[in-house]
Amino acid sequence: MAVEVRIPTILRTYTAGAKAVDGDGQTLAEVIESVENGHPGIKDRLVEDGDLRRFINIYVNDEDVRFVGGLTAPVSDGDTIVILPAVAGGQ
Amino acid sequence: MLKIGRVIYDQIVAHARRDHPDEACGIVAGPEESDDPRRFVPMVNAARSPTFFQFDPTEQLRVWRELDDNDEVPVVIYHSHTATEAYPSRTDISLAAEPGAHYVLVSTRESGHVDGAAGRSEEAPPEFRSFRIVEGVVTEEEVEVI
Repeated sequence: MAVEVRIPTILRTYTAGAKAVDGDGQTLAEVIESVENGHPGIKDRLVEDGDLRRFINIYVNDEDVRFVGGLTAPVSDGDTIVILPAVAGGQ
Repeated sequence: MLKIGRVIYDQIVAHARRDHPDEACGIVAGPEESDDPRRFVPMVNAARSPTFFQFDPTEQLRVWRELDDNDEVPVVIYHSHTATEAYPSRTDISLAAEPGAHYVLVSTRESGHVDGAAGRSEEAPPEFRSFRIVEGVVTEEEVEVI
């Protein structure tokens, strides 16, 4: 189940600058594990205590995964996964 | 240094005032490597809060895809503070994820709305400041309105 995972600028230190890497899995969690295998350290920037980090947005085929099961979101061959750090702040 | 056009500068300030007392947020896009903020893109503050902002994740994906399609980057990422100075808060710093961007802060604490008793006026000059935020380090930079 090959999928494309698009990497934001700030995480490209883990992918040797690559804007996209290949992933593999039937759920988002499995895809993240597969990306972690080739790019150690990246998982910790996405997942915390077994859940998606609050200020990381991940989309499977343009769908915000928070609405489709979070880390258990199903993934199919050919899907595109986009990772975007949230733009947020506060005084 | 941030060089920014007068029209876009005014649009950012107007957005901050319009959304006061909630925080306003958005970006100014420009061609990659140009460091030239040209396209004003106000964003929804999904938090609708006087003390917090967050781009709506669905809108952010749409806008970021437009950037990709146009070979643009968010040259400026702006938001307003409505009761404090125009300086990045600890939260702003910890969440800053675009080391190449100019982080613009506008404070509407003095100029956000007309309030005669407090001596406030819509005509009061806004606090408009720009910063680089890289790996937790904040560096203020000059703003030149052109």
